[in-house]
Amino acid sequence: MQLDSDIAPNIVVDPMLPQPFIVRSVEKETPDTFTLSLESENAASTEQQPNDLIQPAFQPGQFSMLWVFGVGELPISISGDPAKSSELTYTVRSVGQATHALVSTAPGSAIGIRGPFGNGWPIGPAKGKDVVIIAGGIGLAPLRPVIYEVLRNRAQYGRLVLLYGARSPRELLYRKELAAWARQPDTQILVTVDYGGLSWRGHVGVVTTLFKYARLQGARSIAMVCGPEIMMRFVTRELENHGVGSNNIYLSMERNMKCGVGLCGHCQYGPHFICKDGPVFTYEQMRPLLEKYEF
Amino acid sequence: METLERIITEHPFFASLEPQYTSLVVGCASNVRFHSGEYIFKEGAEANEFYLIRAGKVALEMFAPQHKPIMVETLREGDILGWSWLVPPYKRRFHARTLEDTRAIALDGKCLRTKCEQNHDLGYELLKRVAEILTERLEATRLQLLDVYAAR
Repeated sequence: MQLDSDIAPNIVVDPMLPQPFIVRSVEKETPDTFTLSLESENAASTEQQPNDLIQPAFQPGQFSMLWVFGVGELPISISGDPAKSSELTYTVRSVGQATHALVSTAPGSAIGIRGPFGNGWPIGPAKGKDVVIIAGGIGLAPLRPVIYEVLRNRAQYGRLVLLYGARSPRELLYRKELAAWARQPDTQILVTVDYGGLSWRGHVGVVTTLFKYARLQGARSIAMVCGPEIMMRFVTRELENHGVGSNNIYLSMERNMKCGVGLCGHCQYGPHFICKDGPVFTYEQMRPLLEKYEF
Repeated sequence: METLERIITEHPFFASLEPQYTSLVVGCASNVRFHSGEYIFKEGAEANEFYLIRAGKVALEMFAPQHKPIMVETLREGDILGWSWLVPPYKRRFHARTLEDTRAIALDGKCLRTKCEQNHDLGYELLKRVAEILTERLEATRLQLLDVYAAR
């Protein structure tokens, strides 16, 4: 039966059912980190089916469950530009069997995607404020969509400040983009590495050592932080020392996400399900948990 | 032309220092310049000065046998270079090498130590300020030691 588009029912995508996506490119960022660009198998098809699934739009900070067929499923933050609705981009560090399989996927191959899931960064509340982004290691990946969003709507935000720390110069992500962002108006990009080689001419020191160069105005700033949890603990202290209120500090948390919709309980963190209530929380919400020993 | 007194007064390290102490500090200060790649001091040398960096960039380096120098920290405009002048045995703990042409105010550590011995209020004030820097750097070093970005 041919469905009339005017009377076709809304298609509800089962959040537990992976949709096939085609890997369009795999770009090496660092020795162990790769950026994959994917496109919906349906979008790539020339013959549209009546129940075609629309490419899922996403909010900066949301994540998807990526299923490498026959290997396993992984929660990965979306690292691409939210304005590019035809593609989904993920930056993945190869640290285990499933991530290794994911980054080894050949262009043209299919993987399954569920999502996007989670709440995302506070793009709306950030309007009119200085946006302070603090990223450690691969933590820059889920924050990159925020940078795209702010730079595209530059007049709606105050200063854009990025403090980015990595382990060493060769482990810095998006190096060309970092240089391009630094040339944008009202934008301050400060990059540091924990260990610098002799040829490195940039800053050496942990990410918190960048605060003294950032000229932050805490009262008019909103901060978005992503990185290893211990790094975020040190960063929140610095942000509070610089006058940023705990309700204006947002952290992206990570736990063992499985179902993505708050059913399985694998990612429960105190009273929260990271996948459904987060992954982005205010520091005010997280403070009691972050300060708990061995939690 | 900026006077040494004004530069020192406006530097965060000496912020809110009482004027009578500022004049004591200024008496131990001078302008210095270093070319890119120059060593300002080397590990083990006597620590007779410390520096308020005004422009440029300086790397703190450590040496290990059969290894290239390891850059452990970089300092730039607004930072303080050197604290060993205040802590016995007054010897440098690192090499300091400029990564760019660098301008700084050098403060004569021996001169300041003498003034601190004569005026303990000044000594206590400077000790508190150096202790704050040492605390920041100790915390940063501990975080660095955790190697938080390593694959686990």
